[in-house]
Amino acid sequence: MRVALMVTCLGDTLFPEVGKAVVRLLSRLGVEVDFPEGQTCCGQPMVNSGYLDEAVPAVRAFAAAFEGYDAVVAPSGSCAGCARHQHGLVARRADDPALAEAVATLGSRTYELSEFLVDVLGVTDVGASFPHSVTYHPTCHSLRMLGVGDRPLSLLREVRGIDLRELPGEAECCGFGGTFAVKNADTSVAMGADKARHVRETGAEVLVAGDSSCLMHIGGLLRRQRGGVRTMHLAEVLAATEGASPGASPEPDRLPA
Amino acid sequence: MTGATFVGMPAFPEAARAALADSQLRHNLAHATGTIRGKRARVVGELDDWEELRTRAAGVKDAALADLETHLLTLEERLTAAGATVHWARDAAEASAVVAQVARAHEVDEVVKVKSMATVEIGLNEALAAEGIAAWETDLAELIVQLGDDLPSHILVPAIHRNRAEIRQIFVDKMAAAGRPAPDDLTEVPSELANAARLHLREKFLRAKVGVSGANFAVAETGTLVVVESEGNGRMCLTLPEVLVSVVGIEKVVPTWAELDTFLQVLPRSSTGERMNPYTSTWSGVTPGDGPQEVHVVLVDNGRTRALADEVGRQALRCIRCSACLNVCPVYERTGGHAYGSVYPGPIGAILNPLLKGVGVDEQVDSLPYASSLCGACYEVCPVKIDIPSVLVDLRAQVVDAHRGGRPSVEAAAMKGAGQTFASSRRLGLAQRLTGLGTGLARRLGLAPAWSSARDLPTAPPESFRAWWRRTDGGRS
Repeated sequence: MRVALMVTCLGDTLFPEVGKAVVRLLSRLGVEVDFPEGQTCCGQPMVNSGYLDEAVPAVRAFAAAFEGYDAVVAPSGSCAGCARHQHGLVARRADDPALAEAVATLGSRTYELSEFLVDVLGVTDVGASFPHSVTYHPTCHSLRMLGVGDRPLSLLREVRGIDLRELPGEAECCGFGGTFAVKNADTSVAMGADKARHVRETGAEVLVAGDSSCLMHIGGLLRRQRGGVRTMHLAEVLAATEGASPGASPEPDRLPA
Repeated sequence: MTGATFVGMPAFPEAARAALADSQLRHNLAHATGTIRGKRARVVGELDDWEELRTRAAGVKDAALADLETHLLTLEERLTAAGATVHWARDAAEASAVVAQVARAHEVDEVVKVKSMATVEIGLNEALAAEGIAAWETDLAELIVQLGDDLPSHILVPAIHRNRAEIRQIFVDKMAAAGRPAPDDLTEVPSELANAARLHLREKFLRAKVGVSGANFAVAETGTLVVVESEGNGRMCLTLPEVLVSVVGIEKVVPTWAELDTFLQVLPRSSTGERMNPYTSTWSGVTPGDGPQEVHVVLVDNGRTRALADEVGRQALRCIRCSACLNVCPVYERTGGHAYGSVYPGPIGAILNPLLKGVGVDEQVDSLPYASSLCGACYEVCPVKIDIPSVLVDLRAQVVDAHRGGRPSVEAAAMKGAGQTFASSRRLGLAQRLTGLGTGLARRLGLAPAWSSARDLPTAPPESFRAWWRRTDGGRS
């Protein structure tokens, strides 16, 4: 099986530790993962803002980069969801039947990380160790666009030493929403503030989610509030092993310059 | 009491900012939507065949809409045969004019109203007021809104933004000018407030010669209109006056009587969180010696054929106005309904208003498809399976396309730049080396302040993932 990592533009540019964690995790599970360097962005920022023409180059780059792979794994419910459910829109807009066919094939082979682990590899115990208190936020696109259900939690439950705490109102949106976060910044912040409050109420040290974008938003609020809660991507927790201290990763706590 | 209007409302972000600053409003909304959400979840959870019911309901509506003309003509024929007079109205003005003309013909200066979204949509009360005719709302929440010279903020619970203390004050201050005053010793106890409304309204029910209603459904094969309600005020308005005028959107048509069954199951569970609503009234034209002896039905387009022509958006016409999408929406819960500037607020309003009115003309309407984080909770609860997130995204593209060709906005220029950057990994890599792409893009868009007012921005790491991959051969060296 040829497996490609779709690192996402956000992960590539701002959160490279997440991609590295996926590589470590998958290689530990015996999966050799490629990083097709032609990849750029799934195009979702443009699609969800209404700029379909502007999304065409990104979708073409996606189709070219991942052609021929059996599985494309993304540490993002949102970007995997875009590949699966929105690339067809963009191909139709480009009036390009070949592109439409290519993205339909690729869409069916694109997996969010927890889907790939549970459905394709058939594992829930990935041999991780993370002796910290954790609360998990199910991101909207993983939950409602992809329907990952409790796959992420089933993976987290098997992590050694983890103290998993239920997040009140967990299924409610954090308010990120892509450009919504800035076009409707006041509403976005009001939603995020409630999410951050629920996170603090759990008393957990770490907030975990499967999308770096949502973590950037909630984490930005938590840091501004000096809430003392770190944010980590699901991949980083699952990649953590005994002896390897994931907290040493500077990224989740990186403070603005 | 007809001064309040949605006309001239600011675009959503601005209206939302004002609403978010009202902590009483946010408290009222969070409490009310949370309560209804819980009730809905319980009664929906009882049904094993909920998903099949949703699919069936969506299918019936789609089939009806696909052959709308035939069903509407059948409806007209059956209604006429049963003694009703059918009027066709292209827009709000035509529809209101029909109602006013009926009222004038009977020389009345007041009508009593069943809660109806269509009549608020067409601005009927204002149109009648201009002719010197008072239109009295008889639904409790609509009465609160009307007496308070306020605007509805929810489809099912128009006064959801008010709490009991505010309602008491409105009754004490405003009931006397509209009829029977509130009792002197009125308290905030809900049963007392309801009783004050009951006494106030009863006078109007018994006096009014003309009743005005909408309809939840219009069954074509039997020529039957259906009103579903909880308070019994609808039953009063539909049976006591001599004359009844019903304003019905053309998308309300259901082909057969048997198909009504599905909707009478999904609507109350989705709407009030009840297994069955207390009052379901059905009528077909005139029954001699029983109920209104003159019955008019106004079939209203007012943008519906425009929506029907929209390949992606036409599914919005399946809507049965249950308001489950409002109650579950995290945006609505925080901003309330007024921020949407329409009688149709929340997720359904964010798509229905642009579909009915068209995009590219009005800034307020164009702002609505963006009033969502695309979280998808609305689609999950919709009893007729309207894929609201997909329609929102499609409408956003329509808004952007409507503004292409002119001088590009800062956002359009930035999106074009992003599109070019993402065309190749070489360009993306260059952009990453020159600046942290995300923060750089945020700055170019002028968005950094909007982000940073309450949230810290992440800083770009020293090395992108692709640079790391190349330098370490994918972590192998």
